[in-house]
Amino acid sequence: MLLHIIRRDLLLAMRRRSDVLTTLFFFVIVVSLFPLGVGPEMNMLRTMAPGVVWVAALLASMLSLGRMFAGDYQDGTLEQMLLSPEPLYLIVMGKALAHWLVTGVPLVLMAPVLGIQYDLPADALLVLAASLLLGTPVLSLIGAIGAALTLGLRGGGVLVSLLVLPLYIPVLIFGAGAVEASAAGLGAQAHMSLLGAFLLLSLVLAPWSTALSLRISME
Amino acid sequence: MPTLKGIDLECMRGDRVLFSGLGFTLEAGGLMQVQGPNGSGKTSLLRMLCGLARPAQGEIRWNGTEIRTLGGEYYGAMTYLGHLGGIKDDLTAVENLRISSLMGGAAVGLREAWDALRRIGLEGRELLPGRVLSQGQRRRVTLARLLVCETILWILDEPLTALDAAAVKLMQGLMESHLARGGMIVMTTHQDIDIAAPAVQRLQLA
Repeated sequence: MLLHIIRRDLLLAMRRRSDVLTTLFFFVIVVSLFPLGVGPEMNMLRTMAPGVVWVAALLASMLSLGRMFAGDYQDGTLEQMLLSPEPLYLIVMGKALAHWLVTGVPLVLMAPVLGIQYDLPADALLVLAASLLLGTPVLSLIGAIGAALTLGLRGGGVLVSLLVLPLYIPVLIFGAGAVEASAAGLGAQAHMSLLGAFLLLSLVLAPWSTALSLRISME
Repeated sequence: MPTLKGIDLECMRGDRVLFSGLGFTLEAGGLMQVQGPNGSGKTSLLRMLCGLARPAQGEIRWNGTEIRTLGGEYYGAMTYLGHLGGIKDDLTAVENLRISSLMGGAAVGLREAWDALRRIGLEGRELLPGRVLSQGQRRRVTLARLLVCETILWILDEPLTALDAAAVKLMQGLMESHLARGGMIVMTTHQDIDIAAPAVQRLQLA
């Protein structure tokens, strides 16, 4: 079921490519604006790079959260999902993972290219991509909870950012911290381990609470 | 023998009571037609019966057990087709049918899906995306699920809206054969339709 849901959502994303591209372009533009605004001071750019890239990734991933369940809610597919004999937990996990594949993976691939604008050394670029690889699925999984809770509410888009952004903070701190630590020569292993722990924890807990929130939202 | 039993059901909308003290028993081969004017709580009742909404009071039991404790086991025995058909604009008719059946717990092969669409009168439209189908054709894609599912209980909310006379006749035949096989149907409709069934009951909501 997990794979079927992922395949369905990827198929839908393929048929509606503009949604995917908006997220990616938003990320690219936000990250590229900073060097233009701050000016070409290499040292300053190098220090702020991890934070800027990570904040842009949070915002880009949040941008598409509203769409995670809204389409299925409007056309009645969500009712079918809730009434499926398959566990809702798996269906929700499939949707969150598909969201990550569509919005998170392009960011991971794009980040090293954007990092060059900030004159990051090669090993820092690698750590940046690796930290995003571990961190962006957490964003999709936690975001699913917010998207489920605000489903069908007017002004849900703003509410979802208020709900979800505070929960993103630990990921932001350790994600950006990993790159900083590696740039300072301390090694990123501790930060990476913590990001991995966040990922495992949210992989177990987030689909469960999202499923619960969906049932509440649909009543 | 499968039974669906509603005991002392009450439905609230805000602080308005839509209905209360509602009870019924539906057994194999039974058809229950829920009737009543707009806003009398027909859809709310059906949403309760399938487990989407919680009754303000009372219980719904499937084979003697409350449906919410049964969970997946009940969902596997039931097919609910609501107002919203669950048709994706960006997927073709075949894809829509296969995916929605899969979520309903029945994996449908490609051939079987094409066959079901042909039987429901969508021959030649199988590969059209949902967005270009007419209202009645979308309805038919939704109803095609009934051809491929193997559930006992069908809960149908206005299944005949937007259908033409031929499709209504087709649905009638489909429902009759389901009931003759020992299936159960709960449905709402404003249209006059005579369905021959071993046991027909009408539930009138005020």
